[in-house]
Amino acid sequence: MPDDSKPTQNDQTIWDRVAGSQEFRDLMATKRIFIVPAFIFFIIYYFLLPTLVGYAPKFMGTKVWGNVNLAYLFALSQFFMSWIIAGLYVRAGDDFDRISKDIIDKAVNNKEFKGGN
Amino acid sequence: MSAPLIMFLVFIAITLGITYWASKRSAGASAYFAAGRQIRSWQNGVAVAGDYMSAASFLGIAGIIAFQGYDGFLFSVGWLVAYLTVLLVIAEPLRNAGKYTMADVLAYRLKPRPVRAIASLSTLTVSTFYMIAQMVGAGALVALLLKGSGIGYQHAVIGVGILMIIYVVFGGMIATTWVQIIKAILLMAGALLLSIFVMAHFHFSLGSFFDAIGHVTYHDKGQEVVKDFLQPGLRYKPPYGPLDLISLGLALIFGTAGLPHILVRFYTVPDARTARHSVVWAMALIGSFYIMTTFLGFGAATIVGRDFISTHGGTNMSAPLLAQSLAGDIFFAFICAIAFATILAVVAGLTISASTSFAHDFWTNVIHKGTERKPGEEVRVARIAAFVVGAVAISIAILLGPTANVAFLVALAFAVAASANLPVIVLSIFWRRFNTAGAVTGLAVGLLASIGLIIVSPSLMAVDPPTVTGTARHLIQAKAWFPLENPGILSIPLGFVGAILGTLLSHEPTSQHKFNELLVRSNTGLGAEKAISH
Repeated sequence: MPDDSKPTQNDQTIWDRVAGSQEFRDLMATKRIFIVPAFIFFIIYYFLLPTLVGYAPKFMGTKVWGNVNLAYLFALSQFFMSWIIAGLYVRAGDDFDRISKDIIDKAVNNKEFKGGN
Repeated sequence: MSAPLIMFLVFIAITLGITYWASKRSAGASAYFAAGRQIRSWQNGVAVAGDYMSAASFLGIAGIIAFQGYDGFLFSVGWLVAYLTVLLVIAEPLRNAGKYTMADVLAYRLKPRPVRAIASLSTLTVSTFYMIAQMVGAGALVALLLKGSGIGYQHAVIGVGILMIIYVVFGGMIATTWVQIIKAILLMAGALLLSIFVMAHFHFSLGSFFDAIGHVTYHDKGQEVVKDFLQPGLRYKPPYGPLDLISLGLALIFGTAGLPHILVRFYTVPDARTARHSVVWAMALIGSFYIMTTFLGFGAATIVGRDFISTHGGTNMSAPLLAQSLAGDIFFAFICAIAFATILAVVAGLTISASTSFAHDFWTNVIHKGTERKPGEEVRVARIAAFVVGAVAISIAILLGPTANVAFLVALAFAVAASANLPVIVLSIFWRRFNTAGAVTGLAVGLLASIGLIIVSPSLMAVDPPTVTGTARHLIQAKAWFPLENPGILSIPLGFVGAILGTLLSHEPTSQHKFNELLVRSNTGLGAEKAISH
């Protein structure tokens, strides 16, 4: 176990103190606000494809532009959906990194998380 | 000497040079197993893409689209979208909380020995199955590509096996990563060139390209058939087709994030931020590649045609034959060399993840309770394990022979990853109550359910006509008990239920006590493994 890198000797409680801190709760809230809706959205969007293609092949075969049909366009849109969510996540990730850095700095340098001894 | 053979030899020479260079930089466990955690985000992104885009994707997908049209393209979609699970759920916590293997994350708050033992078993199962499928494919392919040069199936399998052992044993993760990067760049270049040639054939008119896909002509049982290859339903037909399609989607979406050889890649970068960026790099490449399968697959269907491909090597030869018909023998050789590079790089990636798990999880942590008896023992054991894994894969591939029915092994690898690995990783990171009994039952149920359901699926159970002989025959000559080829739709819920029931039926206060530690570590990177500094 990589235990040698723990930030203080008082490691029994520091994790609990960090976990209970306002900063950490902010971090988790910031992550949750992005990740939970993004995850639910992409799962629904993706599974619509095999469901529609499997159970409504006639409808999905509707031609939209020349011989290009709904089925192909919807499949193609999945690529852009994935890239857009990934791009948005990278932007959101900058906030996660900023808050995480604050928490790490405090945990390593600040007395706040180190407790009474 | 044939042109493909010369290009193979050039690739082999370059990668062996890299291995020699890497061997001098692979001293120490962190350097050997995790490339010193110094890989940059774009490099790791390209390497992840390389690990993922196997011969099954390059040759397989092009072939499936060439023969079954639109339904084949659905594989392409699932293979990219799956990376959203990796990005949103797995990559960062894993990098923050782990060291060399996925079991590291589980071992934090659970009892390390039982959890690592079964996680290692699951990793070895996934890697070995995946590798055997690649080796059999590699042997058949290389023999086909080099037809006339006197190199047969057995030589090809032994050659591929020896090369992958050399990369992994001497060059470790550094060499494996760079072989992966070179191969991914070659693969992207090859796919792009092929796509441009296909579009040039249609005078760069998307309209006439898609019109041609609208009436693909081929012969089926002596009858001429004209089909619109953009219409869904050529592969997945009722009654079970649609359900199989959803089941496949589930295995891809939840399995990719549980594939050991993909997961270990995130330990090669300095921190979680780099891991995140590397997934996005990988997604850019993987997405572009799979969009190009439109041109590769439909191009082969319209320009080369099913009839010609069937009589010149079968579905897997669709992309190389397309190259040959568009730009002649040298380009054919180039595409063949890329296919060869793809196989080599993927088997090397599988070998290193399997041998790392054996050495780190099983040898050091299960048998010797977490301590190395001599310095460098873990790396030495991993090198021996890589050699053994390679030798076993070579022997099984030779025993099975080139016509063996092995395509289901890749589906099985994804199913095990989705049903056994992913549930326990997710529950370990997100569920405070989760404990050792839950992890062990979850892994065991997921593993057994996937294997069991595949055994009774149409992949292994079917009645063959007497013309099919040897290992090409289905293992059990009877009607399949489980109607779907992909067990995911049943085995993934079973894996989760196993993990949850195992947890609820047992009590382990320490795992709940240590949850805060894992929560803080995985989310902030506090105390995470550092990169080796120069």
